[in-house]
Amino acid sequence: MAQAQLKMKLKKVPRKSPAVPASKKAGPPPSKPEPRKIVRLTAADLAEKQREISVSEFFTKNRHLLGFDSPAKALLTTVKEAVDNALDACEEAGILPDILIEIQAISETRYRVAVQDNGPGIVKAQIPKIFGQLLYGSKFHRLRQSRGQQGIGISAAGMYGQLTTGKPITVISRVGANKPAHKFDIQIDTRRNAPVVTADDEVEWKPEHGTRVEIEIEATYKKGRHSVDGYVEQTAMANPHAAIAYVAPDGERLTMERVAAELPKPPLEIKPHPHGVELGILLKMLHETKARNLRAFLSGEFSRVSPAVAEEIARGASLSPNMTPQKAAREQAEALYNAVQATKLMAPPSNVLSPIGEELLLTGLKKQVEARFYAATTRSPSVYRGNPFLVEAALAYGADSLPADEPITLLRFANRVPLLYQQSACAVTKSVIQTNWKSYGIQQSRGALPSGPIILMVHIASVWVPFTSESKESVASYPQIAKEIRLALQDVGRKLGIFIRRGLREEDAEKKRSYIEKYIPHIGIALQEILGIDDKRKEKVCATLKDTLERSRQL
Amino acid sequence: MSDTGVIPKIKKEAKGVEEQILKRKKPTLYFPIRSLANVRYLEKEGYFEIKGKKKERTLTVNTVKTFAQTLKMMALSKTLVETDDIATKREAYYVSKNWGDARFLEQEESDTVMDDVEALFEVNREQMGFVPEEKGGDVAGTLVVVDKDPNTGKAIRIDCTKFGSGAYSIPISVEDLKFETTAAFILVIETAGMFQRLVKHGYWKKANCILVSMGGVPTRACRRFIRRLADTKKIPVYVFVDGDPYGISNIYRTFKVGSGNAAHINEFFCVPQARFLGITPQDIIDYKLPTHPLKEVDVKRAKDAIKNDPFFKHHKPWAKAMEQLVTMGVRAEQQALAAHGLNYVMDTYLPEKIAHPDKFLP
Repeated sequence: MAQAQLKMKLKKVPRKSPAVPASKKAGPPPSKPEPRKIVRLTAADLAEKQREISVSEFFTKNRHLLGFDSPAKALLTTVKEAVDNALDACEEAGILPDILIEIQAISETRYRVAVQDNGPGIVKAQIPKIFGQLLYGSKFHRLRQSRGQQGIGISAAGMYGQLTTGKPITVISRVGANKPAHKFDIQIDTRRNAPVVTADDEVEWKPEHGTRVEIEIEATYKKGRHSVDGYVEQTAMANPHAAIAYVAPDGERLTMERVAAELPKPPLEIKPHPHGVELGILLKMLHETKARNLRAFLSGEFSRVSPAVAEEIARGASLSPNMTPQKAAREQAEALYNAVQATKLMAPPSNVLSPIGEELLLTGLKKQVEARFYAATTRSPSVYRGNPFLVEAALAYGADSLPADEPITLLRFANRVPLLYQQSACAVTKSVIQTNWKSYGIQQSRGALPSGPIILMVHIASVWVPFTSESKESVASYPQIAKEIRLALQDVGRKLGIFIRRGLREEDAEKKRSYIEKYIPHIGIALQEILGIDDKRKEKVCATLKDTLERSRQL
Repeated sequence: MSDTGVIPKIKKEAKGVEEQILKRKKPTLYFPIRSLANVRYLEKEGYFEIKGKKKERTLTVNTVKTFAQTLKMMALSKTLVETDDIATKREAYYVSKNWGDARFLEQEESDTVMDDVEALFEVNREQMGFVPEEKGGDVAGTLVVVDKDPNTGKAIRIDCTKFGSGAYSIPISVEDLKFETTAAFILVIETAGMFQRLVKHGYWKKANCILVSMGGVPTRACRRFIRRLADTKKIPVYVFVDGDPYGISNIYRTFKVGSGNAAHINEFFCVPQARFLGITPQDIIDYKLPTHPLKEVDVKRAKDAIKNDPFFKHHKPWAKAMEQLVTMGVRAEQQALAAHGLNYVMDTYLPEKIAHPDKFLP
């Protein structure tokens, strides 16, 4: 379609160009008539310029889509992609992660980032493709809660490094104690989207298993919440089972101890739910399936479709359950798609997610900030577009380190990864703004984040988090997601409200107690002045009155 | 209305408070509610009388501060009366600065407590030793005021014809004054400017009258002074104010029948025999006076008076005049008469009006 439109436009151009306004024709002829040359291109000429665009080339030109739009952000994105992979690898292998992040300043605008894990390592043959080819990975074709989703991240970081410094990405990996460690230098052929190995050695490496990635990039280092420092701290909060050591460019070393002794419950992989599949994907799945008939295709490739339900769907689409799925025409696929949408199906299995959990959320927060009150909630899983997800929220209130009259600190997480940019575009932020915090005793201006000494954490876990862009910085506002966030916020908000109101009541009681202490003596003095009573009687009046008032207050 | 009654009243109230406390009860003071909603218009006597509604102030944790301040204010009053001294509202506020935590932070707070105590004992605050800051009013004309020398107690005769272009100033306490006069009437004037004009040109001599300048809403002393003068000498009182809702409903009504705020003492601080000379809404038409449009607050004040003020509800001609003013949508000041010549007010307006006192509004 797009191509057809483009051609139509091209055709129109030459027709329009020679048209000369009528008024000009009537006027005197120009002294030197120089008719504009119209270069007509044939379809063949155009064909010469038409060629495939490699994914790597595309991202070279659109690096902002992947989170490399500024030097400061490039440093963060590089660290983030490497750490995401490290944590995912450890967890999948059932290893408690030990992560080391080192950032070395080469110059003020050039840094070498190294991220090392104690994961299972990567087999030698896979290393070049994983780090030197975009859209290569294990996570895109499955539905399972994980940090990485597309298989772009780390290779894009490597490509960015190569683009800005010319240096290859260096990978050391070892898969076991009795296997040697391999060290690779990998460059990316951006035109072919393929890895080019420039060095491949066996090296001495202390760890028994694990992977170390080093990338040299052009970047700037800043401190603060939106920087690598903030990212490391927040990653530790959302991953209490990980030990993270961080060496900042200035040599400062930050060690985040492991708080949870066990790995989180491993998330399970699920098949897609039919209600979450679009027509194009359905068509592709039909053509690529190994199933022999439609019934087997539907019940085998999707979750919540039994053979009986598969037949019901086929009937709804006026198709035979025994037809060969690979031969399905576009019209048939569309009928099938409509039938799927019209069929009532069980929600996808939701016990496949791995939340942080209320207890660990609180532990993480307490480690991070000393506050007067903490609350956390983990919601039951829910479903958007056929994808199970769940929302967790936690907050810390009344820390001395937090300003009382400024907007709250909002920390967003998706599948345990902190989201540091594009806060205002995120479904989490929108839901926080739309929640009525005033009813919990928190100040809030219209259409703004609430104000107060509060750190608020919101975590969304899903088999597929709907990010608004490939740089994975904010979550799209699906109504079901927004609703679950709101409910989670209301839950922690209510708990906070109870605490704040109790505090206010105590403050009030304290004030009244001091009232009694302050003013009763003056009643005694006044009565003495008017009635001329002696001091003893005055004291008696005061003591009795104090007793009466305190008694009445307790009733 | 003598000073002797106040101290026993203060002592009685304080004794009651002390007894309640020692009985382990929470003492309560009852204050009359001072507002127009709590007054009725007594037609025969001609003033606003306070109705029975009272507000309670029980000594609780929440009221302990105000309660302490109220008792301290009563103690201060007792001291003032005993030592025959006086304190202005402002001075009383500063005295409270010695009360430690019970001190007042703003004068409004001490004024409110003072007004409450005054109403509690149903006395005039001057009887409690508290005196107003403001001037009582100016007097000129055929009148001799007999006062006493503050030091010797000897009688002093003050001839109000002998002030030249100045005037006699009404003192704060007028209870013991005596009067000698042959004047035909008392003319009470809203503005000092109009008063000066009439004094300068000796209008009181020509019309054989006493001139009093109120300077806005009349003070209690001013009202009491005129009341006693009119009562003892049996002379009529004519009021000459601006032709606007403020002049009519605030100044004239307060002068004649009292106010809601001082409801507990209106009986003494009203001048029921007063009659309204001008400027009436009809005067604006008859004398072709230049006008200004009524402001929003004026209209609101007028409508409020017609609807809620017992005085206007009782006197139909007044309600009608007020409605006429609202319909005309204009107001006219006393000085508007100057449009017809500076002395038009003396030469034409006042003589014409005073010739027919029966036509005055009640």
